[in-house]
Amino acid sequence: MTDNNDKQPMTKSELIDALSMEQRHLAHKDVELAVKTILEQMSDALATGERIEIRGFGSFSLHFRAPRTGRNPKSGDTVELSGKHVPHFKPGKDLRERVNKDFE
Amino acid sequence: MALTKAELAESLYFELGLNKREAKDLVDQFFEGIRECLENGRDVKLSGFGNFTLRQKGERPGRNPRTGELIPITPRRVVTFKPGQKLKLRVESYGGDNP
Repeated sequence: MTDNNDKQPMTKSELIDALSMEQRHLAHKDVELAVKTILEQMSDALATGERIEIRGFGSFSLHFRAPRTGRNPKSGDTVELSGKHVPHFKPGKDLRERVNKDFE
Repeated sequence: MALTKAELAESLYFELGLNKREAKDLVDQFFEGIRECLENGRDVKLSGFGNFTLRQKGERPGRNPRTGELIPITPRRVVTFKPGQKLKLRVESYGGDNP
């Protein structure tokens, strides 16, 4: 497995600019607010244990990490770490195929 | 219940006062924008939420789960999501059952 990426990643503000070009009748600040609202609502959903399902894009859910005994790397002392949830993304069919199309 | 595009569009309608058409289009274009970027080989970083990263995987051996026959899995490019610190912290404290 290797990282392939020499291109600069797209940032949130760049995405907002691009959407703004497509939605010319909306003010830039409204598009910005819309993107923030979408991401906020997605975070809220996951924070309350709700799944997100976006057809053709993918789904987000929570995975549980069991409690475990860890170590403080400095002192070597053992520490009990409680179980926790972590966000997980599973790409949808359309995204999987499009991302992979030049590789087949 | 899962959060869907329809609900995301609803909040743009109720909270931001976009009309229903604009709200739906914007939600569609938001996800399409991310997909298009990944398709073109660029990662996507959404600060506060997380990063979508492309990884290339080499050929590896696999099996047909039905017949057990050994078949190579072709090299491919896949998307992984790495949640940002803010999202991780918010989700970590969720105490309920797995959705």
